[in-house]
Amino acid sequence: MAFAAFGHGGGGGSAPSAAPTKKSKVALFLLLPGLTYLGLFFMTPLVSLIITSLQVPDGSGMMGSYTYGFAIENYAKVVVDFWPQISHSFVYAFIATLAALLISYPLAYFIGVKARRFPLIQGLMLTLVIAPFFISFLLRTFAWKQIFSNESAAVHFLQDVGILGMNDYLVGTPFMVIFGLTYNFIPFMTLPLYSILERLDIRLLEAGADLYATPATTFRKVTLPLTAPGIISGTLLTFIPIAGDYVNASGDFLGGTKTAMIGNVVESRFLVLNDYPTASALSVLLMGVILLLVGFYAKRSGTADLL
Amino acid sequence: MARLAQEFIARGADLELVGIRKEFPGFTAIENLDLHIPAGEFFALLGPSGCGKTTTLRLVAGLDEPTKGKILIGGKDVTATKPHQRQVNTVFQSYALFPHMSVLENVAFGLKQRKIEDPMTKAVAALELVELGHLAQRRPQQLSGGQQQRVALARALVNRPSLLLLDEPLGALDLKLRRQMQIELKAIQMEVGLTFLHVTHDQEEAMDMADTVAVMNKGRIEQMGAPEKLYDRPHTVFVSKFLGQSNLFVGEVAESNASSISINVAGNKITVPTDRAEKHTGTIAVGVRPEKANFHETEPTAQAGLNLIGPGEIIDIRFTGVSNQYLIEIPGVGNVTVFAQNVGKSPVTELGANVWVSWKVEHSFGLSDLPENSATESISVI
Repeated sequence: MAFAAFGHGGGGGSAPSAAPTKKSKVALFLLLPGLTYLGLFFMTPLVSLIITSLQVPDGSGMMGSYTYGFAIENYAKVVVDFWPQISHSFVYAFIATLAALLISYPLAYFIGVKARRFPLIQGLMLTLVIAPFFISFLLRTFAWKQIFSNESAAVHFLQDVGILGMNDYLVGTPFMVIFGLTYNFIPFMTLPLYSILERLDIRLLEAGADLYATPATTFRKVTLPLTAPGIISGTLLTFIPIAGDYVNASGDFLGGTKTAMIGNVVESRFLVLNDYPTASALSVLLMGVILLLVGFYAKRSGTADLL
Repeated sequence: MARLAQEFIARGADLELVGIRKEFPGFTAIENLDLHIPAGEFFALLGPSGCGKTTTLRLVAGLDEPTKGKILIGGKDVTATKPHQRQVNTVFQSYALFPHMSVLENVAFGLKQRKIEDPMTKAVAALELVELGHLAQRRPQQLSGGQQQRVALARALVNRPSLLLLDEPLGALDLKLRRQMQIELKAIQMEVGLTFLHVTHDQEEAMDMADTVAVMNKGRIEQMGAPEKLYDRPHTVFVSKFLGQSNLFVGEVAESNASSISINVAGNKITVPTDRAEKHTGTIAVGVRPEKANFHETEPTAQAGLNLIGPGEIIDIRFTGVSNQYLIEIPGVGNVTVFAQNVGKSPVTELGANVWVSWKVEHSFGLSDLPENSATESISVI
């Protein structure tokens, strides 16, 4: 009787739910390599980083000697000590992202929409957008430093026409750092914009014009909303790496002591001063703020499902 | 709905195209087009793809600029104006509904651009007109093809344009829905009294809906007129082929008098009334519609007012429901198609039978040009 009851209950009751359970097991199995990878190469260093960020000096007074602790105050200390560098990171990233968007959108529009009927021009221009990647990022940035170095013709010219004072230079200024950041990250903005503009249905723009919208209104009400996913992915792909960049702002390249960003502090704390807790706390802070900003941004643009 | 319809009445404007020419790199889409469409008329531009009919529509909408010529809407020259400055709206072939807006926002778009009061109420009324009021909050992608088509129509109509352009608006619909939309579209046009310019390659659609049909070919208008007139008296080979089916016979004019002319086709005399012929001398083409021709199993006695050819052999019979299409091969003349209604037994005559073909002289029509291969032929264009 018990057997019969079991047979009835098990066979009849659980049959419909058996299939999905089986499916989700297969899905889990297929996800296993990915999850293992994430666990090993993302979670482990992240946890290690957070633990390091809470460490305290071990009392030996030796450089780089720290012991486990729970020093939340490390975070407060980095915010107070490195406030200028933190603000540089986000302000520069914001301005450079905006500049990249303003430069890339017309460029991507031209390649993706206007040049649509000329595949040769389209291909050529896309190659030109990607071409800088064939040369090392460091070399290209260094080349800009040479072009705008203190004794360069460009700087002399700007001094002569009065845009720069006779004792003012470009290298080491926030302008130069933002210039470098914009330059280096433009392809990351242009490509996602191109990929969405390339699919833009021109007939919708004609419909806008047919329905009494001026070209400017059609752009604002039709083109812009339809290409928003490209703008969002482009700005995220530029803003996130720019906020953490440490090459452009470093004194060896386009920056100076007054333009240091979070990345430069992390570099010097980690590699020069062996101040691991401070460097780790700054890194975790950077990550947290970016996550918050991106989350807020995605929510505001109503495209959380695109991420 | 009735009130909205009232507001449209007598708002249609006439359209005039003067000496329009449109060249694209490498080819000429339209050469020297003159056209006048009176206000309130349902006008169809009919032609095969690539004949320049969609280009004509785009020129009127302002989406393309003519190389030469003038466009006048309601007597005003609009050639140099931009599309958003023209009191013209288009129902696009692809519908071109904005995917990021609701159906209602789509319909209200034009009103908002012109800062018309109360755009939402008017948009709702327009959606009611096309019986889609209940779907106002949906996105266009969530609607069926027929519903999208009606949204596109409402989006254009709500602006009360002087001229409504329809670019093969029913092309993407299945046959049943297309027939239904044709009836609705015609009903709306009669109700609102706007000038409709309808571009299509479907001859039945054009004849069914339009007051006037212009048949376009290779960038020119071949013939223009009421559907019945065009069908009854095509002037060119192209029109006789494109609008319905025709049997064409080519021959030298053998006899002619004030009332009729006759040609000789391999010993058969085919007569056409003089006032139904475009050309009266030399080699001409004379045609007759397959449903106007009859066949006889025994040779009928020749009589005045009747064209008689044959005998020939029935080489093909196609059953189409209401009628059978008989293909008759007449030696020296070629193949002739005859439609016979299936009122009695079907088929009336068996395959291989020897028959004579006759039709009334007044059903003949004489064309201004000759078929390309110049041989007598029977052309079937569906």
